Amino acid sequence: MLDLKAAYARLWVRIKGGNREPEWLIAELIIPVLTLSAYVYMYKMLKAPPEFAGFVIVGGAMIAFWSNVLWNMSAQFYWEKETGNLEIYFVAPVSRMAILLGMALGGIVNTTLRAAAILVAGTLIFQVPFAIHEPLTAFLMFFLTIIALYALGMLFASLFLMYGREAWHTANLLQEPVHFLSGSYFPYRDLPSAAQLLASLIPLTFGLDGIRRVIILGEGITETWFDVVALAIFVLVLFPLAKYALNYMENLGKKEGRLTLRWQ
Amino acid sequence: MQHSVEIRDLVRTFKSKDHVVKALDRVSISIAEGEIFGLLGPNGAGKTTLIKILSTLLLPTSGEAYVGGFNVVKESNKVRRIISLVSGGETPGYGILSTSENLWFFSQLYGLSSSAAKEEIKRLMADLDFKEYAKTRMSKLSTGYKQRLNLARGLLNDPRILFLDEPTLGLDVLTSKKLRGYIVDWAKSEKKGTVLLTTHYMAEADEMCDRVAIIDRGRILACDSPLKLKEKLRENVVMKVEVSSVQADFTFMEKMAGVVGYSQTRSIQTNTTTLKVMVRDEPIFSQITSNLEAQKLKILSISKAEPTLEDVYISLVGRGLEEEEATSTA
Repeated sequence: MLDLKAAYARLWVRIKGGNREPEWLIAELIIPVLTLSAYVYMYKMLKAPPEFAGFVIVGGAMIAFWSNVLWNMSAQFYWEKETGNLEIYFVAPVSRMAILLGMALGGIVNTTLRAAAILVAGTLIFQVPFAIHEPLTAFLMFFLTIIALYALGMLFASLFLMYGREAWHTANLLQEPVHFLSGSYFPYRDLPSAAQLLASLIPLTFGLDGIRRVIILGEGITETWFDVVALAIFVLVLFPLAKYALNYMENLGKKEGRLTLRWQ
Repeated sequence: MQHSVEIRDLVRTFKSKDHVVKALDRVSISIAEGEIFGLLGPNGAGKTTLIKILSTLLLPTSGEAYVGGFNVVKESNKVRRIISLVSGGETPGYGILSTSENLWFFSQLYGLSSSAAKEEIKRLMADLDFKEYAKTRMSKLSTGYKQRLNLARGLLNDPRILFLDEPTLGLDVLTSKKLRGYIVDWAKSEKKGTVLLTTHYMAEADEMCDRVAIIDRGRILACDSPLKLKEKLRENVVMKVEVSSVQADFTFMEKMAGVVGYSQTRSIQTNTTTLKVMVRDEPIFSQITSNLEAQKLKILSISKAEPTLEDVYISLVGRGLEEEEATSTA
């Protein structure tokens, strides 16, 4: 019960904090729509099939989750440490996973709102053709993608807990390659095999591929089962790994005296 | 007597690339229920390290510590249920949320029901005189009000043991006085809350604490009530001298027999230095004044002073706390 209350409170903080000031509309809706517009116009100029505009819009919406996972989930413990909140969390009798879960759920709510806005704006502007024959499969694919992504965010959060700014650089390094490898603005299956192998380490790759095929190309579970299985494996592996990593890093931090040490 | 905090032979070392620092060196303390216990020492003395171990944020290298009867390493979750930590100079919370929203959030980390939390928040904000800021965003609060918020946060879970790490750091005189008074009232109320306070403000320790431990370089040098600590100095004489320069050199006293220790406070504005010196016998003091005159320093005033905790510190360490601070910052 205590952990549920803590998770809910952290979720509430994230939603309240994330939406209190309307400036987010510029940074998280208008700018992403401008970015994906460039890709859509390029595909139109190259006379690519109309589905490509849909691929870009879905990619743009889903990349919002990756940015949220990277900067507002993985990096959050770093910021909490700098502001003195981390000390309060670790002195409280609450599970650290409950705090992370609250952050993740809050991030999911906020980012779903933003991703939906990007999707709606992009669809209306570029008249994207959707072909959803199995809405449940679409929902399952989206659900598994988000859970796998935020489980990865929880894992990264423990790295940030200990390695602070070093982990910050890692996150910077991960941002663009993941945009590229996961095929945010093009289907990843067109990449060379070696790049596809690397891309298979990222849950977003399978999520994007599956969601595009289900909602743009009108495919069903029989064609996209591989993506579903891959995402389920990510969820099953990443959650326990994140829990283990968090415990390990907390103990290491207490041993080395770096748990609440700032500006490392 | 039941002990709220029991520390036995606690050692904590920190390793860096080329050396090992002993932050705590075989520290043993017992703190009774309802007691306000002060840890007095300069920066780097080991005060915060000790508080971090007791509040389960740091593991000891060796030794044992019990809080509320629970082992801080093996039963850390039980310890966390009965403690709270308030660090001075910290502003935990979220700037975009209001004061009462922040407090509600922190109350949920202890599982308070929303209605009970709201009542408690109202009461604490009224008691600490900042209820008019309930709807103000935390980012808009002054340092003093942020610290009130921080203390209110620390009391929300009704802790049995409260750890205060430099709670009045950087606060103005009135806010400090208000917070000190509130903490003393809280500890001395019927619930008998225990307080472990770290400070490098002598007057704060003197005013608030039932007992004080003087800590330097990780070692407890003395531990008793402020009164008893000061009484031990009765055999010495404490003199205060004001001289008309900030360049005065007092190091000659370090070689003088009979000088227990000294501290100096320089004032650039008035171009004066106030020297506080503790000597075994009054005649030694005339040798000191002769030496000052030989340096062509004008003696503006001389007075005999009552021993304070600072003098206790000087007698144990040989120099004043302010100088220790300057040395450690340099």
